[in-house]
Amino acid sequence: MIARALRSRLGLILEVTVPLAIVAAWWIASAGSTSFFFPPLSEILDSFRETWLFSHVASDVVPSMLRLAAGFAIAIAIAVPLGVLLSQSKLLWRAAEPIVEFLRALPGPALIPLGIVLIGIGSGMKIALIAFGCLFPILLTTMDGVASIDPVLRDTVRVLRLSRRDRIMRVIVPAALPQIFAGLRTSLALGLIMVVISEMVASENGVGYFVLSAQRSFDLPAMWAGTLMIGLLGYALSGLLTLVERRLLRWHRASKASALSS
Amino acid sequence: MASSVTPSIEAGVAPRRRAGGRRPRLDAARILPPIVSVLAVLALFELLPRVGIVSARQLPPSSEIVDTFISQLSTEAFWRDIWSTLQGWALGLGIAIAIAVPLGLALGSTPLLHRALRFVIEFLRPIPSVALIPLVVLLYGTGLTSKVFLAAFGATWPLLIQVIYGVQDVDPVATDTGRMFGLGRFQRMRRITLPSLLPYAATGLRIAATTSLLLTVTGELVIGAPGLGHSIDLARTSAATTLMYALILATGLVGIVINSAFRRMERRTLRWHPSQREVAA
Repeated sequence: MIARALRSRLGLILEVTVPLAIVAAWWIASAGSTSFFFPPLSEILDSFRETWLFSHVASDVVPSMLRLAAGFAIAIAIAVPLGVLLSQSKLLWRAAEPIVEFLRALPGPALIPLGIVLIGIGSGMKIALIAFGCLFPILLTTMDGVASIDPVLRDTVRVLRLSRRDRIMRVIVPAALPQIFAGLRTSLALGLIMVVISEMVASENGVGYFVLSAQRSFDLPAMWAGTLMIGLLGYALSGLLTLVERRLLRWHRASKASALSS
Repeated sequence: MASSVTPSIEAGVAPRRRAGGRRPRLDAARILPPIVSVLAVLALFELLPRVGIVSARQLPPSSEIVDTFISQLSTEAFWRDIWSTLQGWALGLGIAIAIAVPLGLALGSTPLLHRALRFVIEFLRPIPSVALIPLVVLLYGTGLTSKVFLAAFGATWPLLIQVIYGVQDVDPVATDTGRMFGLGRFQRMRRITLPSLLPYAATGLRIAATTSLLLTVTGELVIGAPGLGHSIDLARTSAATTLMYALILATGLVGIVINSAFRRMERRTLRWHPSQREVAA
């Protein structure tokens, strides 16, 4: 018992100290660095403070995040209804399958040149590509979620003769929600990749544009600061999604917990 | 968290396509819909530019795209691009496996080690590897190394996470039972840990394979490393729009081949596993 308590305390200590130790090691190892590629961490943090607190937030972070939000929202608005629709009919899915399989296997960035040709280099192109990149994980997990609905629930709904609308809004979508969130998580990561790349290829603002132009002007501390910022954005967005998921799926966790305890 | 790693979730297959182990019959209801829908899409993309809704300079008719695609099949440059892309993909995936599997096994079976590194992994994992592109270009130039680095960095995380979960998910009762029957460490690894790890690892491998391809093509597109991605962008800048579409078509086909190969492997190695039994009841 005591050994276990000790172990768990040791675990906690390690969990806090190891990341700190890594940052400290980076700080010390890079302190006197004269390497062009790996400037001292202190210099990177200085540059980080100068650019991201807060002069470049409005000019680069906000446009990137707006594009991501728009693309992500469009993807959800298309993928969830389409996923529910395609899982209602075997015939429909058989017809859609080859097209869905092709589009989802196509690496999203390969479509950037196509987007430029078709739509131009504005925000519209980026939002369309972000939406495309986010669409398929959500579509497929929605279908998966609908397919894995408890047969008892399915029969109950049939016995209760719920209207189609009630059936979809009150039973099918909520029951598929845990799976849909797994898709959203994948999509968010893909969406951020699409944001950064589309801004690197053709843009005048955004975090992707920022790091690439810092690199092109050989401002290495700024480039590192931008990379750090993109990392932080990724981390923050994924944390945000976890919060939303916990909130929306509270009933799901609760019902699972009660099923376990009974 | 656990729900996001269940293999069936990300399998992306519409379940129950082959209900109850019935042999798939070659009937019209099965074969016609996909053929009809593909033809319909091709017809639509043939008509859009022909009628003039979209300019043919932006979107050439599908027959021309297919023509160009077929004529590409006999050029050396096309196969060199395919080879470059596959090479970057395979090296990236290979490096990711070499890093993620041993590390995942170690972290999964040593709780203390996992706790020590958990925050570091959780922090590094959501970082889009594309953020590293500018640095990678400076360090490794615009060749194969750069895109392999990106692909390996991106593909390592999904596999690592899956392996860690897989090892941790081993039923402790099974391990204890094995111990009671006097199975040694190696035997327990082979007979208990490995089978319960496999579905997670197979899913992780499939995701890693897709990620590796995505980042290889991205590297080619943004950095300019030779391969399909680079040629697509080259075709755009030289206004060879039809060629651009044909190469995008080729990239999609490469993606389908990789995707379905890994999904088939996943299904084949795991035929016995509950996640692959389609309709149990």
